[in-house]
Amino acid sequence: MSIEVNGRKVDWVENETIKQLLKRVKYTFPLVVVKINKEVIPRKDFSNVVVPDNSKIDVIHMISGG
Amino acid sequence: MNKNKFDKIKIKLKNASVGIAGIGGLGSNASIALARAGIGRLVLVDFDKVDINNLDRQYYFLDQIGQLKVNAMKENIRRIDPKIKVEAYNLKLKRGSMYYPFKDIDVVIEALDEASIKTEFIEEILLNLPEKPIVAASGVTGYGHSDRIVTKRLGNLYMCYDKYAISSKDDVLMAPRVCLIANWEANLAIEIILGEDK
Repeated sequence: MSIEVNGRKVDWVENETIKQLLKRVKYTFPLVVVKINKEVIPRKDFSNVVVPDNSKIDVIHMISGG
Repeated sequence: MNKNKFDKIKIKLKNASVGIAGIGGLGSNASIALARAGIGRLVLVDFDKVDINNLDRQYYFLDQIGQLKVNAMKENIRRIDPKIKVEAYNLKLKRGSMYYPFKDIDVVIEALDEASIKTEFIEEILLNLPEKPIVAASGVTGYGHSDRIVTKRLGNLYMCYDKYAISSKDDVLMAPRVCLIANWEANLAIEIILGEDK
């Protein structure tokens, strides 16, 4: 019952949304690109997509500058 | 130099195309690197004009102040190699249609400034053009710390990434590091087009 967030093993929590997961693992950056098992999750769906057990999650935070 | 290898590479690059979203610090320097490398077609998108404050890091010149960046860059590329096809679009990328100018190019380079626009752009490309490789950057500010920059690959998204850098709103932007990451992006685009250099 665990998931992997940016290579780090984290407990899986039933019915947890992406938004809740990001908060739990203290990813406080407001702007992130999230992939679950290689699928991109649009930001607008962060509060309704539930994180499945055993999933691999990649979070990349974007900061200004270019 | 291995002439055979070089000739093969030249042909491949000449037939390749790269689209660059934003022709500021990252995009102007990446465009020049790609032009010099011999990419045959470049698609440039930007809405801005050259400002005197851009000259500390962006590939423009004093006599180009006030010109549209896409036009100034087209001219700078022409001065390096007039045979390169440059498509210049003076427009602001709008949510929902950000991916339109990049439909028929080989690699997209994200070279935008605002974090929110960067995020939206990457998301739009990944969702609407899932087969398209996109090179993006986060963490260009400051100076030094070259070895904190890494390439992070997630499927077709290639990030030039410094997870410790802070936002440009709170830090300085300086030519060496901006150019380093711009060229890192260009180098990744070349690697995607040619395959790994073995």
